[in-house]
Amino acid sequence: MTNPLQKSQDYLNAEYGVRSWFFTQDHKRIAILYLISITLFFFVGGFFAVLLRLELMTPQGDIVSAETYNKLFTMHGAAMIFFFLIPSIPAVLGNFMVPMMIGARDLAFPRLNLLSWYLYTIGGLFTIYTLVDGGLDTGWTFYAPYSSRYTISNVVPVVVGVFILGFSSILTAVNFVVTIHKMRAPGLTWFRLPLFIWASYATSVITLLGTPVLAITLVLLGFERLAGVGIFDPALGGDPVLFQHLFWFYSHPAVYIMVLPSMGVVSEVVTCFARKKIFGYNFMAFAIMAIAVLGFLVWGHHMFISGQSVYASLVFSALSFSVAIPSAVKVFNWTATLYKGEIEFRTPILYAFGFIGLFTIGGLTGLFLASLAVDVHLTDTYFVVAHFHYIMVGGAVMGYLAGIHYWWPKITGRMYNEAWAKFSALILFVGFNLTFFPQFILGHLGMPRRYYVYPEEFQVLNVMSTAGASILGLGYLIPMVYLIWSLRRPKDAGDNPWGSTGLEWTTPSPPTTHNFEKTPVVTTEPYLYDKKGSSE
Amino acid sequence: MSHVVPQKIYLLVFATLLLMTLVTVDVAFYNFGWLNIYLALVIATFKATIVVMYFMHVKFSPRLTWLFAIAGIFWMIILMVLMLSDYMTR
Amino acid sequence: MSKVHSAVAHHFEDAEQQREAATLGMWAFLVTEVMFFGGVFGAYAVCHFLYPDAFAAASNKLNVVLGATNTAVLICSSLSMALAVRAAQTDKVKQIVPWLILTIVLGLVFFVIKYFEYMHKFHEHLFPGASFVFEGPHGAQAQLFFTLYFVMTGLHATHMVIGFGLMLWLIVRARKGHFSSAYNTPVEITGLYWHFVDIVWIFLFPLLYLIGRA
Repeated sequence: MTNPLQKSQDYLNAEYGVRSWFFTQDHKRIAILYLISITLFFFVGGFFAVLLRLELMTPQGDIVSAETYNKLFTMHGAAMIFFFLIPSIPAVLGNFMVPMMIGARDLAFPRLNLLSWYLYTIGGLFTIYTLVDGGLDTGWTFYAPYSSRYTISNVVPVVVGVFILGFSSILTAVNFVVTIHKMRAPGLTWFRLPLFIWASYATSVITLLGTPVLAITLVLLGFERLAGVGIFDPALGGDPVLFQHLFWFYSHPAVYIMVLPSMGVVSEVVTCFARKKIFGYNFMAFAIMAIAVLGFLVWGHHMFISGQSVYASLVFSALSFSVAIPSAVKVFNWTATLYKGEIEFRTPILYAFGFIGLFTIGGLTGLFLASLAVDVHLTDTYFVVAHFHYIMVGGAVMGYLAGIHYWWPKITGRMYNEAWAKFSALILFVGFNLTFFPQFILGHLGMPRRYYVYPEEFQVLNVMSTAGASILGLGYLIPMVYLIWSLRRPKDAGDNPWGSTGLEWTTPSPPTTHNFEKTPVVTTEPYLYDKKGSSE
Repeated sequence: MSHVVPQKIYLLVFATLLLMTLVTVDVAFYNFGWLNIYLALVIATFKATIVVMYFMHVKFSPRLTWLFAIAGIFWMIILMVLMLSDYMTR
Repeated sequence: MSKVHSAVAHHFEDAEQQREAATLGMWAFLVTEVMFFGGVFGAYAVCHFLYPDAFAAASNKLNVVLGATNTAVLICSSLSMALAVRAAQTDKVKQIVPWLILTIVLGLVFFVIKYFEYMHKFHEHLFPGASFVFEGPHGAQAQLFFTLYFVMTGLHATHMVIGFGLMLWLIVRARKGHFSSAYNTPVEITGLYWHFVDIVWIFLFPLLYLIGRA
């Protein structure tokens, strides 16, 4: 039954005007600001992907030059990783839901939260400037000494932009960590927290510990480029592998920053739509923390062929195998949760299914790459490209879309068109696999990554991949339409359309500015669904 | 409310820090070979520890603060040890 | 708006929760600072391991007396900062500003000494880049040392400048009577920041100035 107060004040209509949005301290409005910015960058990154896949339809270089191609894959990677994947779930869904799921009225530091968004935007503008001013061609990995000395492309603005973005991430992480430690509702002990909160917490811890190392690496890189010195340049007495160590110390844990929040969303969605308590809650929470910790100990697996010592490589290889274990525990537990559940096949769980299957494939292929001898053959080929896209797109992005579709009625008060939503989920799944599965085969056959030409015999698989990419692109455009279209409805979705447990569903849809008029008291574990299909 | 540290303790810590600075400079001019750098680091670690414990009040702070301080230091050590383990085993 | 007793922000239950949150937030930030400096200390460790002789030769070019003096200066500034916090905690409100001013002055003394050191390095052609000159067999690696020297001390100095800004802001607020035993969180967390900056120098000093002195 709709709350009679709903027609009056929620966070969307509490205040009007541009100033009330750009100077807001409400975590929910800041989440919306992020939603818009991140979507813009998603399409910027997607635009570059379209261009590079077009070039790869033919074995020769015809649409763009080699130098331009280098810029395309660089800008695709940088935009997608730094300005879409890393912030996406934490900044949009985390910002909105973390306070609500723990019974708080806002995050610990609302002004810092707004500052985070401004820093994101400023960092993004620096990167956009590079696009306009000739682009960057070093790869998103900025390897020195090419990036510090030899490239004539625009390194410094992107480095500055990513540095500023790092601050944005760090401030959000500080906010989440403090909020989760200090602002939980009475009775909400750690082991009564929803798994999305555990995931957000672990992600924030990784961000705090890893991002600063990227920051100092970028500072050193910038200094090298501007002063012409050589910490990373062998010609000047430096070591390029030192750059790689410092870069990957952050950039490996970064992939867990990208995937852990998605795992949190999947846990929320699977319990709700299987109408069943999560299987093995404690192990799920421990697995999240184990992934966060182990994720810091494996970065050398990006450097097996870089001249790293064999002994170090052995240790990194073994540790990389070990980080698969908690990930596998999670996949098993989601599966066990689904088993004998009463599954409602709504859009959010379709995306969650996509995540579970595609993340598993991505994760298993990671094991091939973690094996030293096999990696010598597969590294820097399309096998790696396919592996990380299975995790990042098949995994992280599917999780993001699951969360958007799950929490949309809470965020906007409206429900989207279910038929179109299911259709585009299907399109995405088909398009994704058509795009990236052929790339496993291409990599295995030896096609190198970051090349704009390739031997004739690889063309069929490349054309399949490009065809898949166009379907994938369509799959991303359709939700834009029906989600925005849903805003034309009145706010009639109801407080809890999915019958979900969780404190966020006890508020009106959309919530009022302060979320809870009275701080709730928690007395039970999470996910107490009974078999009749309604939440307790 | 946070714990108030007696002024005497602050002055004692201050004197110790100055003394250890003199010690570390003095020790540097004796040739202990490869041990020199480790001695310097041990002294610096001791100085840092008393700054953290007393000036930064960690000795009187909740366990959560200890956790954060230790985690930061531990992670920095992970970075250094694993990086050096590559260079030292080539 | 003058805050004699702290207004508790709307999203906190009480003043104690607000204070604990602010303190934990500063500690979380300091963890990121540990990793930030940790990265460049890590780079230093690797380069020192690879080129111990070059690092010894280069380190000998630095002035131990000035470095040790600067270390003592920063230790004094840590004491004055701690006493500023203590003054706020014990309602000795009139002492807060003098201790803060002393902290800033000591920091500026550090800068003056550093300025003379930097000038000397420029004149000796020890600033990395096109004009770098180092006699002896270790030229290229010595440049590596000086690159790290300028980056590490430069980043440290930048953090000191931020510290000055924070302390000036505290002085403004203290003069308006914002701080007391009931509310002194901003002073406390600025103290945490300043002590961290001191700790960075405690490690920088031996690693940069005291290599190969025997």
